[in-house]
Amino acid sequence: MNPDLSIMETEKEIIAEFALFDSWDDKYEYIIDLGKTLPVLDAKYKTDENRVRGCQSSVWLVADYKDGKLFYQADSDAMIVKGLISMLIRVLSGRTADEIIEAKLDFIREIGMTTHLAQTRSNGLLSMVKQMKHYALAYKIKDPVPSKN
Amino acid sequence: MNISLTIPKTLDIAAIRQEFPILNREVKGRPLIYLDNAATTQKPQQVIDSIIHYYTNYNANIHRGIHTLAEEATADFEKTRDVVKTFIGAGSREEIIFTKGTTEGINLVAYTWGRKNIKAGDEIIISTMEHHSNIVPWQILCEEKDAVLKVIPINDAGELMLNEYEKILGPKTKLVSIVHVSNALGTVNPVKEIIAQAHAVGAVVMIDGAQSAVHLDINVSDMDCDFFAFSAHKLYGPTGVGVLYGKRELLESMPPFQGGGEMIKEVTLKKTTFNDLPYKFEAGTPNIADVIAFKSAIQFILSIGKEKIRKHEQELLEYAHLELEKIPGLRIVGKAKDKISVVSFIIENAHPQDIGILLDNRGIAVRTGHHCAQPLMDRFSIPGTARASFAVYNTKYELDELVNALKRVVKLLS
Repeated sequence: MNPDLSIMETEKEIIAEFALFDSWDDKYEYIIDLGKTLPVLDAKYKTDENRVRGCQSSVWLVADYKDGKLFYQADSDAMIVKGLISMLIRVLSGRTADEIIEAKLDFIREIGMTTHLAQTRSNGLLSMVKQMKHYALAYKIKDPVPSKN
Repeated sequence: MNISLTIPKTLDIAAIRQEFPILNREVKGRPLIYLDNAATTQKPQQVIDSIIHYYTNYNANIHRGIHTLAEEATADFEKTRDVVKTFIGAGSREEIIFTKGTTEGINLVAYTWGRKNIKAGDEIIISTMEHHSNIVPWQILCEEKDAVLKVIPINDAGELMLNEYEKILGPKTKLVSIVHVSNALGTVNPVKEIIAQAHAVGAVVMIDGAQSAVHLDINVSDMDCDFFAFSAHKLYGPTGVGVLYGKRELLESMPPFQGGGEMIKEVTLKKTTFNDLPYKFEAGTPNIADVIAFKSAIQFILSIGKEKIRKHEQELLEYAHLELEKIPGLRIVGKAKDKISVVSFIIENAHPQDIGILLDNRGIAVRTGHHCAQPLMDRFSIPGTARASFAVYNTKYELDELVNALKRVVKLLS
């Protein structure tokens, strides 16, 4: 993430990047490239506990809480899913719980990836978003007034 | 007149495609290439027309009404039963029970015949290649009755290991429930042999015909199975209609599945007597429109001829095997000697889900995942496959497009 940009601004940046592609092929090629560059998650995190339910592929998501902000790491055995996760991390990682909970994530629709939201059973992007927000909610409850340490 | 002269040697696939309006649509800006026929086939115009015609002209509840519409609807509904009886070679129309689909047919047998006849310690045999629909009902029954579920393993080619079947078959075996054609591998199982061996130890045999009914010539009398279930929507017919065939004496001995209208003879608040076959198992208003349209689907198949369809699909299958194996890193899962219309494959470093999404992006519909056969995927130690499955309207050109798209998938994901 770029800490100088808000969630909305990062979403706009992604939308602008996708506007450069005229074809679906190019969009997916870009998403696959994003997936390839997502750092590999350490095997010790690939547990059932960290697995996101509702995905045809395996998706693991972990969240760390530091200085009142959440930092996500994730991985999947499917490349397109990895690319989608990488965008979610770019938008949501390093934000406060409130920012994450309130994020509308309109960019998913704007870049034409709504099908991945609708077909929760096979793709699970919605499950990932939900899980990321759950983590935010959990930390918000645990730490209602974010401490800066 | 020599009739054979008037019949073209090969099918006019272009003309057949014209009968399927959905094949004219585009997906992601490209002509649809539909290769998910093992999940459900597309519907020819005559099936769609049949549904519209019913609701437009003679929609009525059947069997009880004495008005004209009810008579017409009843007659047409029952005509489908006769057509199905002939289509699968049943002995009588009373042996044809309309269900929602294969799953309901199997469950009906598990809940009625099974509950009545399976006792503690009895054994039920299935196989590793079963669809979940032919696993779960028996697991539930075995748990309830303290019975034992035994499994015929398969070899690396995806064929049943019949020597293992012989070993687990015995006096405790009360039921053998086997898939005729594997939905995930396309393997055709030697059901006639399996049935004869089961009967020799006094076991009853149920055949899951979900995948076979559209491709193979089905003759339940010759096969000598006790139950045979299949779904209309995999035979170019509508969803929500299936058939359970059962031998008359078995069906008669079985308690009803569900209680309600249609299935009763007489009801007092103290006791109900049940209707005769097949109505005993058809409680409530059935799916009239779709049962009627199912007849059109069977007529569509018969008008072309099952043998010709099979020959065409077999050509596609051989061509698909040949061309797909040229793709680097691609491995076909399921190479049974006797196989029809399904190619399951995996590609090195490519998750089936990625393959599915990228093919869809090219307007190509395949299925990806475990195909509701998780034990089978475990057998091959894979999370799932991508599966292309063929119907009469598919062409070699479409397979070329599939191969080209897959070459691109390999390039993108490597």
